[in-house]
Amino acid sequence: MIQKLLIANRGEIASRIIRTCREQGIQTVAVYSQADLEMPFVKMADESYLIGEPPVAKSYLQMDTIIDVAKKVCADAVHPGYGLLSENATFAQKVLDAGLIWVGPKPSVIAQMGDKVTARQVMIEANVPVVPGSGEIVTWEEAVHIANQIGYPVLLKASAGGGGVGMVLCHSDKQLEQHFATTQKRAGMYFGSSAVFLEKFLERSRHIEVQVLADQHGNALHLFERECSVQRRNQKIIEESLSPSISQEAREKLYQTALQAVHAVGYYGAGTVEFLVDQQENCYFIEMNTRLQVEHPVTESITGLDLVSWQLAIAEEKALPWKQTDLQPQGHAIEYRLYAEDPVTFFPSPGKIEVFSLPEGAGIRFDAGVEAGNTITPFYDPMIAKCIISGSSREEVLTRSRETFSQMKIEGIKCNLPLLVELLDHPDFVSGKYDTTILANRKGK
Amino acid sequence: MNKVEASMAGTVWKVLVSEGDVVDSGQDVIILESMKMEIPLSAEIDGKVSKIMVNEGDFVAEGDVLLELVGM
Repeated sequence: MIQKLLIANRGEIASRIIRTCREQGIQTVAVYSQADLEMPFVKMADESYLIGEPPVAKSYLQMDTIIDVAKKVCADAVHPGYGLLSENATFAQKVLDAGLIWVGPKPSVIAQMGDKVTARQVMIEANVPVVPGSGEIVTWEEAVHIANQIGYPVLLKASAGGGGVGMVLCHSDKQLEQHFATTQKRAGMYFGSSAVFLEKFLERSRHIEVQVLADQHGNALHLFERECSVQRRNQKIIEESLSPSISQEAREKLYQTALQAVHAVGYYGAGTVEFLVDQQENCYFIEMNTRLQVEHPVTESITGLDLVSWQLAIAEEKALPWKQTDLQPQGHAIEYRLYAEDPVTFFPSPGKIEVFSLPEGAGIRFDAGVEAGNTITPFYDPMIAKCIISGSSREEVLTRSRETFSQMKIEGIKCNLPLLVELLDHPDFVSGKYDTTILANRKGK
Repeated sequence: MNKVEASMAGTVWKVLVSEGDVVDSGQDVIILESMKMEIPLSAEIDGKVSKIMVNEGDFVAEGDVLLELVGM
């Protein structure tokens, strides 16, 4: 039994994990950087320890310091949250080596899924479809040859890149030739490696993921899908469950493919299998997130389950008590991420939050990491809170969302609330027939 | 003389040029990192890098001068 849990994370997710622990009578230990002294999670935890300076490399990524705190305070388990060290196999192994419970899958599975090339290979072997693409490419002749095999349009990507940096869309041999050398050079300059590869670009695709829950006894269940196509800079802004746009047939295929992936790697814990779904409803595996997802509350809303609680139970080697058919989705839920950023340029907006007033009511859940008076520093992710609205139907959720947003007050920093309000009147969002281009195509952009 | 200033508070992630380098207007010279976002800063003129005031990893405030250029 876990009696004292150290949370190796910060912000809203640390607060979220503490809430479940309080309900279960589990003691909580927070670790924090100098920049986070005033943050709610530091005050909420039963014990809090300063572990370093504001940059993550000097605090939240200091594995040995964090494990030393866990040992000193006699914690028996470590929950990594999302981001930071949550998908770091070395950290997971160090936690286990220190005799502590790691709230997550086996370190070898984290490593396997964390390496994009290996993950792809494992999925191909398990008959899970992946986006057609190439290995590393050195010459542009080679690139043109492969591009013609896969078929245009293609994305030319830096192997070491991420978040859309060092990525170019090419529609023809001519464009590929134009961009090849500069992309290699940019990759070298930005990421220290000039390795590039090609991937088929799926036009007007949707980003849909399946939540899974698997125990250490070989039982694996899916908890339905989340539609995550509203993105900016390849980062999600809105997630909903169920997806309003796919057929029941495609939905079933996603669930089965996700469970195939889970069994292929011997996964246990809460996890997410991410797919791209094209216009013909072909599903392609993109990656597996071996941790709790930011948008997990959407799934909690439609299943009534507390995913953090089940993560802890699985870590304690308990068995999942249900059959797949025992789980039925109830109603609809949408999560909106609130970012401290300019709603038009998407540039981050650090500063002091003067007013932070959130409405309460049935079907309204806020998972916030900040409160009025806090200063948003430039050191961490700009997400300050998540707003999760649930109801019996998608229409009800949209109406409730509009009411909720009209009562929210956030002052002192720029925030993306106006963008969320605008999206609630976007015809494609309202109809549910949207894809990953919804934000790129909005007016004035 | 022309200056490249930090458009917001953040950490200097990459310095893409060295003192003495000749750069074109619009060329990225420094990349800042703020709230997990990479923000490229480019030269506003064609010129030569006369002075670099920061190192990679330095924390800078909005408006800090990071680099100076001399027009060609």
